[in-house]
Formats: sequence, C-alpha cells, structure tokens
Amino acid sequence: MRPVSSWGRLEAPLHDIVELTDRDTVAASLLRGRGIAYGMGRSYGDACLNPGGILWRTASLDRLISFDPATGRLACEAGVVLRDIQKLMIPRGWSLPVVPGTQFVTVGGAIANDVHGKNHHVVGSFGEHVRRIRLVRSDGERIDCGPDLRPDVFAATVAGLGLTGLIVEAELQLRPSGGPWLEAETVPFDGLADFFALSDESEAGWEHTVAWIDCTSGSDLRGLFMRARPAGGRSGKPWRERSRRMPLTPPVSLVNRLSLKPFNALYFRLGRRRIGVQLVHYEPFLFPLDSVLEWNRLYGPRGFYQYQSVVPRAAALEATRDMLAAIARSGEGSFLAVLKMFGDRPPTGLLSFPREGVTLALDFRYSRRLPPLFARLDDIVRAAGGRLYPAKDARMPRALYEATYPNLPVFARHRDPGMTSGMSRRLMGR
Amino acid sequence: MKIVVIGATSGIAEHCCRLWATEDAADFVLMARDTVKLEKIAADLTIRGARSISLAKAEFFDPAAIAAFADEAVTAGPIDLVLIAHGWLSDQQSCQDELAVCRESVEVNAVSPVLFAEAFARHFAKADRGTIAFLGSVAGDRGRKVNYTYGASKGFVARYAEGMQHRFAGSGVKIVLIKPGPTDTPMTAAQKAKGKRVAPVAQVARETVNGIRRGRPMVYTPAIWWPIMLIVRHIPRFVFNRLSI
Repeated sequence: MRPVSSWGRLEAPLHDIVELTDRDTVAASLLRGRGIAYGMGRSYGDACLNPGGILWRTASLDRLISFDPATGRLACEAGVVLRDIQKLMIPRGWSLPVVPGTQFVTVGGAIANDVHGKNHHVVGSFGEHVRRIRLVRSDGERIDCGPDLRPDVFAATVAGLGLTGLIVEAELQLRPSGGPWLEAETVPFDGLADFFALSDESEAGWEHTVAWIDCTSGSDLRGLFMRARPAGGRSGKPWRERSRRMPLTPPVSLVNRLSLKPFNALYFRLGRRRIGVQLVHYEPFLFPLDSVLEWNRLYGPRGFYQYQSVVPRAAALEATRDMLAAIARSGEGSFLAVLKMFGDRPPTGLLSFPREGVTLALDFRYSRRLPPLFARLDDIVRAAGGRLYPAKDARMPRALYEATYPNLPVFARHRDPGMTSGMSRRLMGR
Repeated sequence: MKIVVIGATSGIAEHCCRLWATEDAADFVLMARDTVKLEKIAADLTIRGARSISLAKAEFFDPAAIAAFADEAVTAGPIDLVLIAHGWLSDQQSCQDELAVCRESVEVNAVSPVLFAEAFARHFAKADRGTIAFLGSVAGDRGRKVNYTYGASKGFVARYAEGMQHRFAGSGVKIVLIKPGPTDTPMTAAQKAKGKRVAPVAQVARETVNGIRRGRPMVYTPAIWWPIMLIVRHIPRFVFNRLSI
C-alpha cells in the first residue's frame, strides 16, 4: 500500500496500486478487487482516489494505435497524455479540439471527466470529439461504444468518472490546426456587465476566451479578458519551453490573507502591460500553470480546494455577483480566479459538467473558515440552477450533487459494480 | 539514422525509440521475444514518425544466429546505433535456490548482451563508425545481497564496455554504457509495490538518448546516481557488510 494524493493534496490515503501494462491483459488485472483508474492524478479531489483500495494506474498504457493523416482520426491507449498528442500532431497540422487548462492529463481522464477548454463556445467539450471508446468491465467483458455504437453506454462513459468500466482505448477526431501560434488580446474590464459584453462580442471571432478576475476586488470587480485565435500562418518570436518546478512544499500556504491582495494587484498591473494584440505560442496562453511543475505545493502541507461552478446565463449576473461578494467577504480566495462563458451545446455525457452559462473557478487553501463559505456558494449555485464540477470537487454534499445532476438514476444503470472511488462513495453511496 | 534495438520491448528502450522516431525519423530494426507487444510498439513508433521498422526474429543465445543477424542487418545498409537493452531483473532468492534460474539470469543479462556487441563491433570497426550502447544498471556498480546475480551480470557488461572503449579509443566507433537507477517500467513492478522510488521513464530515456548522441562513455541516469554510487562504491567493506542496502 502506498500513499497517493490527488491534485488538491488534501489527503494522501494508502492505495494498492496495480500497474496496467498491456491493453490486452487489462481484464486480468481487474479481477483483483474493486477500484478506479488513475492517470495523471490531476483531478483535484477524490474522483481519482479510492482510499484503502485499488488504483489501476494507466501511465504505461500510453501507446498510439493508429492515425489517419487524411481524416485526423487518432486511436490511442487511455494513458496517453494530451501534451504528447499535441507535440506530435500540431507540427503535422492536426490538434486536439479540446484541451483543459493543463496538458498533463490522460485521454482516459479527459473522457471520464468530459473536460472543457477555453474554446468551449466553439467546439464543446472533450467527449464531443470521441468517436470510439473501448471499455473493459470488471467481469472481463469488452465493450466498444461511440456516438453511433451503444450510445447509451457511451453517454454514461463520457463524464462517467471512470465508473462504467476501465477505459482502455479511445479513438479521437482531431481538428485541423492553425499551427502553434495564436493571435492573443488582453482587454481589462470593470464589472460583470463588461465581462458579459466582452464575452458576447468575442464569441464569433475568437476561438479561445477566458477572464482572470481579482477575487479580492468585491463589488467593484476588475479583471483581464483574454482572447485568442489562430494566427493564420504568422509566427511569433521563437518560443522555448521552460519549466520550473516548485521545489518544496512550504510549511504554510503561500496563498493567504496577507499575500492575496498584493498578488492580485500585481497580476492585474502586469496583465495590463499586455493590453493589446500580440502573437503568442499556444502553450503559455492555454496552459500558463504548466510551466511551474507541482505548483499545487504552493498551498502548503494542508492542500487546497478548487471550487468550480457553472450557472445558467439568465441567472449568471446576479449569481456571480453574489458569489464574488461572499468570497471577498470571507477574505479567502486565490491568485487565479477564472471566469468563462460556456457555449450553448447539448452535453455528450449523462453527467457532463459544461452547460450554457458562466463558469467560475477558484482555489482556496485549506482553512477551517471554508465550510460556511462553501455552503453559501452552494446555495447560490443551486438557486441559480447551476452545478459544480466533480473533477475539481472534494466536498460537495450529496444532496447538491443529486439535485444538480438529474441524469444520475439513468447513469446508475450503467455502473460497473467493480468500479468505485472516494467520490462515487461520497456522492452516489457506493 | 538507422538503429538496431535488442530487447525493444524494454520500457526504457521503447521510450528512447519514441524520441528517435519523433526527432530523427529513424529507421529501426527491432528485436524482442514478445512479438505481440513488439507489433504494438512498432505501430506506435510509426505514428510517432519512424521512417521504417523491421521486426527481427528473436534469438538471444545462439552465437551463430546472432552473428548472422548482425551480418544481415549491416548488409541491408549502414547502421548508426545498436542499443542493447534486453535484461531480466531476476529474483535473487530464486537465483540462490535454483541454479538454473541463476544461470538464466547470467546468460540473459551478461552473456547475451556482449555477444550482440561483438557481432556488431566487427562491422563497426571495418566501417570506422557506429555506436554501441549498453543498457547497464547502477546495480552493477557494487555487489549487494539483494540482487547480486543481476548486479554481477550488469557489472560484467560494464567491464566489457570498458574494454571495448579501450579497443575503439581514437576511432570513429563509440561505446556508451548507460546506468539507469530504478525506473518506472513494468520491470520494476515488484519494487514499486514495495514503495521504492523510481524515476520517470521519459526522463531516463531523454538522458539516455542525449548521452548516446554525445557519445559519452558512461551515463548515470537520473544523474543523482553518479554521486550516490560513488559513495556506495567507496564504503569500506567492513562497514558495507554491516549495512542492509
């Protein structure tokens, strides 16, 4: 048994880790007992954990299976990391349509959480581009599914948190890539109304949109709206990948009441220098945090929570304002609070998180003051008809989950009894 | 660039091949016992950019067959690099209990690699070019009770590489000895289960490929193993024998 923690580092329970090394022998490994697949461990809470039980590690299931350069169809094993696909395919004119805020996630994890990116309003979530999934169930059965093959199993597996069987292989439809360069623009804004106006204005012409907000600014909100689109063949200054590593876990969180205000003010100042249009490489624009490996250590030994919600557009102005006010009042919050407008697209998975509306994401260092704040935020989200993102969650009450994911009873019929996680026991009872 | 890999299903070798496929569009000749796995690897490398891949029939012990394999591979076109990567992390207790296991471990980890090296070395000597890279191990640096059959075999390979480096000094032929520490591959599953720390295989492969490109005589990877093994090698015997490392 070895300690394993997820990205939030809130706990490090012991697990029995079983390595999957060959896509054709997975079934035998599943006989060992009940458990959950573990890829890069980038989900923040307990979606990828199974305290005291088995984790099937997919890191070695990282082979590409087939690629058709004419159509952009890529078949690969579930443990392939999105970054490897991007590095290989972008120079060849193809790219993953959807990449979340970090490239260090596996294909299996991206499917199981139906991740979204800054271009949700244009291409939707990851699951929309999956053509085939091969599942191995704990009873040894192999199931191939896709939008046109056993679509009920497919809909349960996309965003299914790994609970419908072990995702072993997937076939993805890549998208023609405009190359690694983006034309990016940073626009400062004041107030939520401004954010909505900028989002609407950017929806048609800009592929990637996201806003950073100063979560300490309270009622007179300020932020930076960042948008980007393919640079159309132009290239910027040669960009060299540089990554640093957070070398140690500080004894206390470096994100705290003292550092929060000055950092946010500084970030806003620095961001304002970037105002205007520039050519940027896709990696620093789409994955700013990937350049600091293990940045999650910043929050100290107790770890941190991320709270990511989405609320329908109609209620978004009020709900977001109330949430930000509650957060500002609490004195807690994060350096990187993110606001984004999702597009109006039908969900691929029964339990998909993205929906039409506004999503807000921020980190909170572990603190005893959090439960009342979270309870208040939960109330706002629920009243607005929104929901929380399980991939980021470590604490939502089961009642909130059940109320905001109405497809749960349908999903339950597709569960593989051999699959269980800390999250599934917390939110679904088994 | 044409590369021959013996034991191509080894985790480290596979990850090295990925780098050569992507960065050098290399031509490969791959040999491994597990042909089903080898075909999966070949498909993967092709997508990653390998220009051509041929799979060789596995033959690890018969000297005549090994010589014939090398002759044939060279006849098909000049070879830039041979990576000798096959190995088997034998269980020490079994080696002690069953002499057949002990012999097998020595044959796989010590005898077989040098036969391949010699088979290609004569061609490289004639052409005055080519690199032979051995996948050794830090375990070869000092005999320890937990794995000395494996360690001694790797130590034999290290001494052999040293001799070949002497033989080819000043020539166009390079002999590279890679000494990885415990690495995150299927081979170390038992160690990982015990909670032993292992290095990411992508990092070990990166440093291996870089070391081979520069023709470095010896590469410890991750580099931290160089000072560690320097100390381990120099602990006096009367102290060492009381330690449980």
